[in-house]
Amino acid sequence: MPSTAASPAASEVRWNLVFRQAVLEAAAAFALALLLLGPIVGLVLDGYQVKNELQRPLLIAAIIAVGRFLVTLATHTPAGQAALDRFNARRRQPGVLVVSAAESGRQRWWLLAIIILGLTLPFLASKYWLTVLIQAMIYVLLGLGLNIVVGLAGLLDLGYVAFYAVGAYGLALGAQYLDLGFWSALPLAAMLAALFGGVLGFPVLRMHGDYLAIVTLGFGEIIRLVLNNWLEFTGGPNGVSAPAPQLFGLEFTRTARDGGVPFHEYFQISYDPLHRFVFIYLVLFLIVCLMVVVVTRLRDMPVGRAWEALREDEIACRALGINHVLVKLSAFMMGATVGGIAGVFFATYQGFINPMSFNFFESALIVAIVVLGGLGSTTGVIVAAVVLTILPELLRAFADYRVFAFGALMVLMMIWRPRGLMRPRRRAFEVKGLCP
Amino acid sequence: MPPLLSLLVGRAVKFCVGRVGASARNLPILLDFSGGGLRYANSPCPSESAELNGSTSLWGRVAAFSYHSPGNLIRMDWHILAQQLVNGLTLGSIYGLIAIGYTMVYGIVGMINFAHGDVYMVSAYLTAICLAVLFSFGIDSLPFALLATLATTMLITAAYGWTIERVAYRPLRSAPRLAPLISAIGMSLVLQNGVQLSQGAKTQGVPSLIPATLRFGEGNDFVQITLVQLMIIVVSLTSMAALTWLIQRTSLGRQCRATQQDRRMAAILGINTDRIISTVFVIGAAMAAIAGVLVTLNYGSFDFYIGFVTGIKAFTAAVLGGIGSLPGAMLGGLILGLSEALFSGMVNTDYKDVFAFSLLVLVLIFRPTGLLGKPEVEKV
Repeated sequence: MPSTAASPAASEVRWNLVFRQAVLEAAAAFALALLLLGPIVGLVLDGYQVKNELQRPLLIAAIIAVGRFLVTLATHTPAGQAALDRFNARRRQPGVLVVSAAESGRQRWWLLAIIILGLTLPFLASKYWLTVLIQAMIYVLLGLGLNIVVGLAGLLDLGYVAFYAVGAYGLALGAQYLDLGFWSALPLAAMLAALFGGVLGFPVLRMHGDYLAIVTLGFGEIIRLVLNNWLEFTGGPNGVSAPAPQLFGLEFTRTARDGGVPFHEYFQISYDPLHRFVFIYLVLFLIVCLMVVVVTRLRDMPVGRAWEALREDEIACRALGINHVLVKLSAFMMGATVGGIAGVFFATYQGFINPMSFNFFESALIVAIVVLGGLGSTTGVIVAAVVLTILPELLRAFADYRVFAFGALMVLMMIWRPRGLMRPRRRAFEVKGLCP
Repeated sequence: MPPLLSLLVGRAVKFCVGRVGASARNLPILLDFSGGGLRYANSPCPSESAELNGSTSLWGRVAAFSYHSPGNLIRMDWHILAQQLVNGLTLGSIYGLIAIGYTMVYGIVGMINFAHGDVYMVSAYLTAICLAVLFSFGIDSLPFALLATLATTMLITAAYGWTIERVAYRPLRSAPRLAPLISAIGMSLVLQNGVQLSQGAKTQGVPSLIPATLRFGEGNDFVQITLVQLMIIVVSLTSMAALTWLIQRTSLGRQCRATQQDRRMAAILGINTDRIISTVFVIGAAMAAIAGVLVTLNYGSFDFYIGFVTGIKAFTAAVLGGIGSLPGAMLGGLILGLSEALFSGMVNTDYKDVFAFSLLVLVLIFRPTGLLGKPEVEKV
């Protein structure tokens, strides 16, 4: 720091300059905030007239100006400078973290603890928190699925919700028209979603990255609009009901509805509507664990390595003889399958679905989960999915400001850590005898 | 009747040059910018709209008509087709104006500015607020009020464009490609919900200020174009021409094009690329503001959600014309607007968005760079 070595007079001059700059910046921020917020926040439309609420933008602009003033001052103190440097250094961290074999061995115990916690949690939770947990698990599944497409294969899919919708409607419409149950619909809906992914992906995957993003966005909207407008088949905006899951023919209802035996009667326990949710949660949790294993294994397999190689350099891969369309298609269909499975669980947990649940905001949320978690990082995606579903529930007190805060958080997170929360980890392979 | 309303109605009647009866709102115009299919409940005069847009498709009616009197077939065909062309041209110029913001930003920083549609939404609110404030001050010259509204809205919306770039995108200039996209989605949520929180969730509106209509043809076979529609077409073509001049002929435009071609080289040659990028955001926002003012005057009602669908459509238009290309954005907007209007007039209104997105997918499959885009050469 040059200032520490300088004489007191020079330091005073410097601080005067800093102070002046801070005041100017604060004034500029105040003026800009007033210009932006004055009409929108301060003049509220009421019919064809406006109500004057100008105290609100004045207050917000004053807060912004004071904040700006303090931040400018703080960044000129030695401590503030150091913090800024740390902040910038963290932003430039490299993409992948290599984990040694010994370290990944230690992580197994953590993994075991998390699995046991995950399996016991539903028996401790209230109904409200159980539904939150199920939602979190659904988003974890969606995040893992999209992580294959966006994180590993590097294909930006902004219409992922389409496959989620196909899965959900696959269960609901399959039950309505083909009399399918939950367990038969689960693989069929997943396959249907994969089919949709293949049909969309095959022509589209030849394209360059950003076009893919926009085509998938269009596709997501097409699916939602068709579901919304095809009244005779899907029920349109009124939605359709979806069947509840069964355990080997045992139903989770008070009285048997589909000719089976109620779960509580079979096991001679009293009826509890929570049983259904606990069951859905447990199945979902097992599927999520399975997915984690599958994704981890896939990353070490040739196809997984081809995904990541294609993400890094498509031209080099093609020169090496990788069929880029087929490899991308496999990632796309894999992601679609997982999305379809998540959709089936969503439908059975809600018991009722309509196209409103599958709008662009959902797609954006899932992309946000993957990017915030750290592209390609399984742990990061799981953490981000759990945080992003539980955080809004904790913020219920500020229900009105929830989405606003969520959007602001997305912007801030990206500025703070543009690569996401966690860096993807890659296991190091040690060959005994070669390494000293 | 509140004083403002009576004043507005008085002005409107005085300003009228065509048939007073047919106000802009009563027309069966397909220019709807509301969010989803469910939001049309307050669309006025359902009987007349149903007549043109309803279940009876054009081909159905042509068939029925020709069965009785085949001689009139061509005349009947002509006036509906021409009406849809007028509507499509109006819609298309709006898409074109908004698409400019997408295409310029994409060309220069290579990101999809998801918040752009919401900037357009903000400008619609600003229009209504400006008009209300001006009329409450007793300004009774309509042209002055409109010009003042346009200028104020453009200024404040441009400030929004600048601020969004400064706050959400500039810190991410060197970040991985997906980071600005997420930040843009976050910004879009902030704008939508900020407006919803401060202005309320209900649909807002402005009174119909210019109800004048030009009508061609007689009897039941006529084509009408409202003065606002004419204004939309004229103003958007003028601003597109002005922008083309700015980009092609001025020093600023040269700097923009240089930055778009090679940002690092432009910086080496002494161009302040950060400032140019800010300028591009400002221009895009100002164009969206023009679109916002015009649409608000034409359609009359809006809510905080209109930015999303219109934004996606405008982006579709930009991709259709070839993203990064300015004339492409305008051409794409016109093509999308025309084909959407023709589709909804002749086939089905419910599926017009499906049609628009399918058009996008098809164009991208068969011509991935859009209509006027340059093919990307991949270098190793």
